[in-house]
Amino acid sequence: VRLRERLSRSQGPLGRGLLALLSRDVIDEDTWEEIEDTLLTADVGVAPTQELVARLRTRVKVEGTSGVSIKDILRQELLTLVDPSMDRSLHVEGVDGAPGVVLMVGVNGTGKTTTVGKLARVLVAQDKTVILGAADTFRAAAAEQLATWGERVGVPAVRGPEGGDPASVAFEAVREGIATGVDVVLVDTAGRLQNKAGLMDELGKVKRVVEKQTPVTEVLLVLDATTGQNGMSQARVFREVVNVTGIVLTKLDGSAKGGIVVAVQRELGVPVKLVGLGEGADDLAPFSPDDFVDALLGEGA
Amino acid sequence: MFATLSDRLADTFKNLRGKGRLSEADIDATAREIRIALLEADVALPVVKVFVAAVKDRARSEEVSAALNPAQQVVKIVNDELVTILGGETRRLRFAKNPPTVIMLAGLQGSGKTTLAAKLALWLKEQGNSPLLVAADLQRPNAVGQLQVNGERAGVKVFAPEPGNGVGDPVAVARAGVEEARRTLHDVVIVDTAGRLGVDAEMMQQAADIRDAVSPDEILFVVDAMVGQDAVNTAQAFLDGVGYDGVVLTKLDGDARGGAALSIASITGRPVMFASAGEKLTDFDLFHPDRMASRILDMGDMLTLIEQA
Ligand SMILES: Nc1nc2c(ncn2[C@@H]2O[C@H](COP(=O)(O)OP(=O)(O)OP(=O)(O)O)[C@@H](O)[C@H]2O)c(=O)[nH]1
Ligand SMILES: Nc1nc2c(ncn2[C@@H]2O[C@H](COP(=O)(O)OP(=O)(O)OP(=O)(O)O)[C@@H](O)[C@H]2O)c(=O)[nH]1
Ligand SMILES: [Mg+2]
Ligand SMILES: [Mg+2]
Repeated sequence: VRLRERLSRSQGPLGRGLLALLSRDVIDEDTWEEIEDTLLTADVGVAPTQELVARLRTRVKVEGTSGVSIKDILRQELLTLVDPSMDRSLHVEGVDGAPGVVLMVGVNGTGKTTTVGKLARVLVAQDKTVILGAADTFRAAAAEQLATWGERVGVPAVRGPEGGDPASVAFEAVREGIATGVDVVLVDTAGRLQNKAGLMDELGKVKRVVEKQTPVTEVLLVLDATTGQNGMSQARVFREVVNVTGIVLTKLDGSAKGGIVVAVQRELGVPVKLVGLGEGADDLAPFSPDDFVDALLGEGA
Repeated sequence: MFATLSDRLADTFKNLRGKGRLSEADIDATAREIRIALLEADVALPVVKVFVAAVKDRARSEEVSAALNPAQQVVKIVNDELVTILGGETRRLRFAKNPPTVIMLAGLQGSGKTTLAAKLALWLKEQGNSPLLVAADLQRPNAVGQLQVNGERAGVKVFAPEPGNGVGDPVAVARAGVEEARRTLHDVVIVDTAGRLGVDAEMMQQAADIRDAVSPDEILFVVDAMVGQDAVNTAQAFLDGVGYDGVVLTKLDGDARGGAALSIASITGRPVMFASAGEKLTDFDLFHPDRMASRILDMGDMLTLIEQA
């Protein structure tokens, strides 16, 4: 109880919007601390935050705060971290006339199945033909959920028996995609925690089996924006097992900032390509570094 | 992966060995390491600040006991404070005087509510209760089917009068579920609800409407152990929006440190009651504050450290 009382008193400056704070003329220690707090509460992580603040302090010392404002310097430094120059295009062009193949992977409940549905909608709107593969044969009603999404956006789903081998369902979906000459096959997989070796091996096998027919052109790791520092471990292990080529940051319509992707991009060089902004079919958008940084700093969105 | 608190403190403590008491500088150095370890375990920043201040206060003022050296003392203080907050008001499920007992689940999308509903039902069944599951998530595609499959696996009846996928009124289903339980003599009703965001006023109102329709004996807030700093915002939003009596932490079979447990317990004062740790329906247990304390800061190692210090 004592703790809770003190807590309610300590919640002052957070959420006030950092940029407003930075328009002050003098940057005192409290301001530096508030910059640090803003980044930490966005899940950017201790090490990246401390590095960023250290770099800012140096720049302010060297360049002074006249001319460019600290506000612009902070924004610049964050943007550099997020790296607007990265290739964020989706690789959905197939090889040698075969369909492009997208594999959707991630831990439980992040939004993989939903993202498959939304992405199918985007591709259909680009006049591409699409087929879905329900390689989550494990979770209750997972295949039905994917089939519902297929109906919603008007694309067929290939399903296997419940409890069946996910690799053979994925293989079958791609085989069907090749046979019917579709442009893209989107393969949904079961959620799995990265510390479960057996399930991670199974995922590696799904990819290998598919690639007996044609290369997987894009492996998307779905990260939930609410995820904290564990997101780093998720990204490391999934990249190791299936060579992740892009990240989808979901549930950005909530209050979470998704700052963990800053560390993920920085350490692993895997770009965030898409963001999920809701539960509807149209709630998928390309990742915009500018908007993301503004939201991190509590401006705009 | 992360440097645990014990790794960090081991360095700090090397310099402390043999000293009779902690200097102010020692305390500051230790406090810094505790702060970083808590942040890396996803404990929310406002909670970290208050926690570290409390530990510092105690470290400064407490009589250094004869049995322990100062370093051991700090470790013990940290451990005590953690367990106190996590286990502050541990309690069991509250059953209604006049059955059925109504338990309502609420939480963010994908946190593990539907899975938990079935786990809880199985657990209650094994204790001699006769639970009824109510499918009041009519929004997420095939949530109803998911609950039906899980109910079947648990050997528990599922009340699902509406197909879902956008069809049907969740408030009416929840209300009818309680009537159905009364009629068919089920003594516990577990209401699964749709995932919703703390910032979604309309959906939060729906949760409040379901609550008002069924007057739950327990509302449980279901939260994913991997959640980061946003845990406190969401926990507060659900507390304001629907209120809850207890917290369930899910996906504890992962390797997340689970600082959310500490954040939510200290911000809301609501105890963590259950731990969900796997996709099988039997992967379910009561929450153990001491285990969680060692998980957050790797206290297992810290106890060894106390012995070495
Ligand atoms: N608000 C919001 N909800 C989302 C978003 N993406 C997915 N969801 C919801 O999150 C929940 C989980 O989504 P799924 O697509 O089933 O997640 P999954 O990763 O396939 O889950 P598993 O297969 O069980 O591991 C559902 O309730 C979705 O409607 C998003 O961008 N915003
Ligand atoms: N590993 C693990 N997975 C879990 C646990 N609890 C739930 N899951 C998985 O997490 C995913 C989401 O669980 P659900 O029960 O569908 O979550 P929900 O809160 O009902 O989701 P929505 O209804 O979409 O909001 C599924 O893949 C579950 O199998 C757990 O304790 N450990
Ligand atoms: Mg899924
Ligand atoms: Mg559910």
